[in-house]
Amino acid sequence: MIVATIHIDNKPYEVQEGDNLLSACLSLGFDIPYFCWHPALHSVGSCRLCAVKNFRNEEDTRGHIVMSCMTAVCDGMRISVKDPEVLEFRASVIEWLMLHHPHDCPVCDEGGECHLQDMTVMTGHNYRRTRMRKRTFRNQELGPFIYHEMNRCIQCYRCVRFYRKYAGGRDLDVSGIHNHLYYGRFEDGTLESEFSGNLVEICPTGVFTDKTLRKHFTRKWDLQTAPSVCVHCGAGCNTIPGERYGKLRRILNRYNHEVNGYFLCDRGRFGYEFVNSDRRIRRAHLRPGTSDRSAELEPSSKEAVVASLEGILANGKRPIGIGSPRASLEANFALRSLVGPDRFYTGMPESESALVSLVLETLTCGPAVSVSLREVELCDAVLVLGEDVPNTSPRLALSLRQSVRRRSLKIADKHCIPLWNDRAVRKVSQEAKSPLFLATVAATRLDDISAATFNGTPDEIARLGYAVAHELDPAAPPVEGSTSEEHVLAACIAGALKAAERPLVVSGTGCGSEAVIIAAAQVAAALHRVGKTAGLSLCVPECNTLGVGLIGGGHLEAAFKEVTSGAADTVVILENDLFRRADAKLVAEFFKAATHVIAIDHLFNQTASHADLLLPAATFAEADGTFINAEGRAQRSYRVFPATDEIRESWRWLYELMQAAGKTDLPLWTTPDDVCRSIAESIDALKPLGQVAPPADFRVAGLKIPRQPHRYSGRTAMTAQVSVHEPAPARDADSALAFSMEGFHGHPPNALLDRYWAPGWNSVQALNKFQSEVGGPLRGGDPGIRVLEPAPDREATYPESVPEAFSPRAGERLIVPLYHVFGSEELSAVSPGIAERSPGPYLGLSPDDAESIGVDEGRNVRLTVADVVLVLPVRLIPSLPQGVTGLSVGLGDLPYVQVPAWGVVTRAKAGD
Amino acid sequence: MERPLTRNFRPDGPFDVKEYEKAGGYEALRKVLTGMSPKQVCDEVRASNLRGRGGAGFPTGAKWAFMPPANGEDRPRYLIVDADEMEPGTFKDRLLMEGDPHQLIEGIVIGGFAVQADVAYIFLRWEYKLAEKRLRKAIAEAYDSHYLGRNILGTDFNLELYLHVSAGRYICGEGSALVNSMEGKRAIPVARPPQQTESGLWGRPTLMNNVETMCNVPHIVKNGAAWFQGLSVCEDGGTKIYGVSGKVKRPGAWELPMGTPLREILEQHAGGMRDGVKFRGVLPGGASTEFFGEEHLDVSMCFDSLAQVGSRLGTGSLIVLDDRTCPVGMLHNLETFFARESCGWCTPCREGLPWIANILKDIEEGRGQPGDLEILEAHTRMLWIGRTYCALAPGAMEPLKSALRYFRDDFERHIRDKRCPWR
Ligand SMILES: Cc1cc2nc3c(=O)[nH]c(=O)nc-3n(C[C@H](O)[C@H](O)[C@H](O)COP(=O)(O)O)c2cc1C
Ligand code: SF4
Ligand code: SF4
Ligand code: SF4
Ligand code: FES
Repeated sequence: MIVATIHIDNKPYEVQEGDNLLSACLSLGFDIPYFCWHPALHSVGSCRLCAVKNFRNEEDTRGHIVMSCMTAVCDGMRISVKDPEVLEFRASVIEWLMLHHPHDCPVCDEGGECHLQDMTVMTGHNYRRTRMRKRTFRNQELGPFIYHEMNRCIQCYRCVRFYRKYAGGRDLDVSGIHNHLYYGRFEDGTLESEFSGNLVEICPTGVFTDKTLRKHFTRKWDLQTAPSVCVHCGAGCNTIPGERYGKLRRILNRYNHEVNGYFLCDRGRFGYEFVNSDRRIRRAHLRPGTSDRSAELEPSSKEAVVASLEGILANGKRPIGIGSPRASLEANFALRSLVGPDRFYTGMPESESALVSLVLETLTCGPAVSVSLREVELCDAVLVLGEDVPNTSPRLALSLRQSVRRRSLKIADKHCIPLWNDRAVRKVSQEAKSPLFLATVAATRLDDISAATFNGTPDEIARLGYAVAHELDPAAPPVEGSTSEEHVLAACIAGALKAAERPLVVSGTGCGSEAVIIAAAQVAAALHRVGKTAGLSLCVPECNTLGVGLIGGGHLEAAFKEVTSGAADTVVILENDLFRRADAKLVAEFFKAATHVIAIDHLFNQTASHADLLLPAATFAEADGTFINAEGRAQRSYRVFPATDEIRESWRWLYELMQAAGKTDLPLWTTPDDVCRSIAESIDALKPLGQVAPPADFRVAGLKIPRQPHRYSGRTAMTAQVSVHEPAPARDADSALAFSMEGFHGHPPNALLDRYWAPGWNSVQALNKFQSEVGGPLRGGDPGIRVLEPAPDREATYPESVPEAFSPRAGERLIVPLYHVFGSEELSAVSPGIAERSPGPYLGLSPDDAESIGVDEGRNVRLTVADVVLVLPVRLIPSLPQGVTGLSVGLGDLPYVQVPAWGVVTRAKAGD
Repeated sequence: MERPLTRNFRPDGPFDVKEYEKAGGYEALRKVLTGMSPKQVCDEVRASNLRGRGGAGFPTGAKWAFMPPANGEDRPRYLIVDADEMEPGTFKDRLLMEGDPHQLIEGIVIGGFAVQADVAYIFLRWEYKLAEKRLRKAIAEAYDSHYLGRNILGTDFNLELYLHVSAGRYICGEGSALVNSMEGKRAIPVARPPQQTESGLWGRPTLMNNVETMCNVPHIVKNGAAWFQGLSVCEDGGTKIYGVSGKVKRPGAWELPMGTPLREILEQHAGGMRDGVKFRGVLPGGASTEFFGEEHLDVSMCFDSLAQVGSRLGTGSLIVLDDRTCPVGMLHNLETFFARESCGWCTPCREGLPWIANILKDIEEGRGQPGDLEILEAHTRMLWIGRTYCALAPGAMEPLKSALRYFRDDFERHIRDKRCPWR
């Protein structure tokens, strides 16, 4: 960094030469109003609000107005941010924007959290002199997530710049000209992009607002919030859920420079409504007369259930525990403590367990290092092996979209265009892309930015990876029998990765193939051998897949065997619907064999309905918990509101069971910190867990961090219909956060940062005030700690064998998994908006295959895999290789089928 | 007096390629391709003091020299002729394209050679149907005669020329918006840097000049810079096509020495005011220049002297206001045009211009209110250079700013009497 000294209103400041003047001034703490600029979208100079005065030199007293967002900082610069002409001009900009604004703040969804309100107040404009009639627009129906109110638009172009340029969407644009600009779709219809929810935060006013919040609306300042982590995939995005009256109302992005930055995916933002679902288990349940399970589960009292458990756990054969990749470390570890490490099972099927072990081994053995989402954006050549990233780890796909811009930025730099000058960068670079290679079973929503795509079976994808590794380093095993096209592609990929400054390999468990993950590791290892530091990003399916993987335990099939063999008769199932992870017949047999099934979960699901004892588990919104994301980052998530009814944190239930079982050597667990301490003591890889977040007794100047903003209203009257006496706020002994308005309202440690607010900044843009520099890390460091680091300087070793080329089998097809961002994940799929966006279960066939079977799009086919028979409608997927059939995963009530596997597809018979 | 630009004009249609050749056409191109280096052509144009006729008066030779040297690799390079001509009151480029299309084509090929362009475009205003027809014919003839295409005149110089008809917007005349619209994007200006010569169409080095600018080039090359300089009566070289509209006796356009006094154009060539009407003011260079009154009539119509008295030569197209026409109405008409043509990118222009137009309408129709003029005046400051994204809005403020000065009484009378005195 070259330091430049600039004078702002005659006081010297040190800033970075060439930096953006607006961003530099904001970083210094000056309040310069702005609209069109956004730290992630950069400068375009359209709103003209960020005016400052620039003086040529000390003698220049008149100066001239420039847009700070379009001006580069240079040494010796003299500016004024409060010159009267500047203030007059900024107020005029607001007056212009207000000419047609409806001033419907009192009924506006954005009110109280509106950047336009803030900027209006900041500029001091308050009275409009116009006599014109206001321009009005027709609003569009944009689907279940986004509500549209075009009359509030101030034409800052942010929405379309985010949606199209940043997120690659195509169905939202600006049309019209002069003062009749329309930001919307070509016609009414659901916004296609899975990042549409970010419009809610990108739009500085109330044009695009959260439709799910609107359905149970609450003023923004009335929301109780806490720092949370998304539970809907392995990316581990940081979120700020908001609650009022015991109902979760919405999710906002929580900035983490290393992870999700400014953006979430729609699954993460709108998947929260399962928390409010009427399928929630709210009370403990008991099944009377346990032998044949003919009786229905009945609500019971917590005490009665625990008492009956006492009997079971103390007298029965030793219980086994089935954990879950969607439950927190604390919950999984508590179960493990209840049953003992050798009787703890991770809850993942054998196939997935193997994949997860492989991922963990790859990330801990090196030589490649797993990269954060931010680092992904810096990588200038990417190879994706096997993973349908937009559907399995959506936020990573958004980062990959930014990574291909490296080339553009490099070109712009060569032309001496500052990288924040967005339109100029795009102009000189013509949006040239760095290479992104996609080897997946079928087309993905990243294909549009790829340099080349390859669609094949998992083994073929693995072979491509091996071939790339061999091209990079001849010591890696060669791939026999590949076609010349495959050879050329491998050479081309190897060349691009080698030429890159920061190559990246992306893969994961998505296509269900160990060979693919090994191949990805090989490419990274080969890059390492030829002197490149390669990044590795391995996707895992769930929010704590790596966490439960690190705790370790047997796989699901082994658990089944333990019970069916009679070695155990009691099973405790933690936040896990086994029917989603194993063949229904096996699960049914398992339940039949088990004398006592105890399930702890959020929602009534198939497993819950097989339980003899059911305990209501708190969701992420009602429980503190620590999760490990795909990068290997441990992150703490805090409960947003106290659980109601009999709902409790799973680890608390399990602790109580330990006590009920009469365990002797019980650790003293009163807070999640205590559980974490036990985890750190017994699991090597999780030693640093204690540093993830400040301890429960942490205080700032003796104060807790309030979950309710100081603007929170109605506290004294909220429950007046029940009792006119104001109830005491719920206590939170578990963390430094409080269910209260009182406490420390400044900047707490970032792991506890539960909202962004600063005087004059009521919208999400207040975040600027919490960053070390605008767009940079949070002041004090981003929350979360990496627990997976490879041993340094480890040499790459290559395996001997390479998978065989794909040879189709007569009469059989290779069935591969296909995922959907909306629908494939269990909990979010319960939320109405996500459910609306989710397709029904289907079988994907290439048009040629469909023709050979004699079926068309939408017609039913019969799929037989092992002894499972399914009848499903056909979806034609032109990119699927011939002989390969895609089975939609996790959608609707589709039973579990272990794929990839060979199967038979025939036309459905009458009566199917 | 020599009139190189219009000498071939005939009432019955333009010269075809044979007639153009017979009149000495394409000789300049031959001279260039057989004996001059690109640099020599650029130097000649620079020495001639030709300044851009598109409005800003940028020295043409200097702009050509900004093109990065051709190294054989950075192909293609583009040349674009801005023929969008939508400035109210301006019609000189139309006359040149309709009157002598081959002259423009010859200029393009020479210019293309000078900057080593591979592809040239004429970006034509949508309404210019006759010019389109004549250009298409002339381009086809030029291809047939090897003045365009591969191996022009047997040399190894190649140039493809396309006629691109605009979808019709004033802002498309602004160079960077023009390029955006050609690329299929919204016609919105892009701030410099990058300069177009460095990164223009499709990010390639691109030279952009006005029609009239390019039409001068063959004559400069053929007759030399000194000759061209000698055509004018001021520092800037050459002749200029001056147009006059308004209630004069003979509205029209004439090719005159650059620097001809305003009074001479109005009184001699346009024949003075029509009987019974009196001169009140004139926009000297198209709709986006400042009004002149009586006291400025002796100014010499060239870039520098007009700038000295606070207006601009612009396109050199005079719009005359007379005493039988309401100045408020005239301004309302102009600002309605600019408001409609705002590209919508930046707030002051997008929102300010319609407000201005609305206030002017109110004043014209007797609904003006005290304070309106202050709002208008504030806008003439707020929509100024540097505060808006491009030059459209400041251009729109030039006539307004000066009208509020020159015709203040008329504005105030409208508001006071709650009616237009001319109605
Ligand atoms: C709003 C606006 C409209 C313009 N329209 C035209 C036009 O129609 N024709 C033109 O030649 N130049 C027009 N210009 C000027 C061009 O941007 C550019 O300066 C010119 O074409 C350069 O050519 P020259 O150097 O030969 O004058 C316009 C500029 C602005 C700001
Ligand atoms: S809809 Fe919102 S983001 Fe889009 S231009 Fe309007 S105000 Fe800006
Ligand atoms: S990418 Fe994953 S973690 Fe991030 S918001 Fe989406 S579902 Fe949640
Ligand atoms: S001044 Fe602004 S809105 Fe007007 S045309 Fe130029 S860029 Fe567009
Ligand atoms: S923020 Fe600078 S012009 Fe919009």
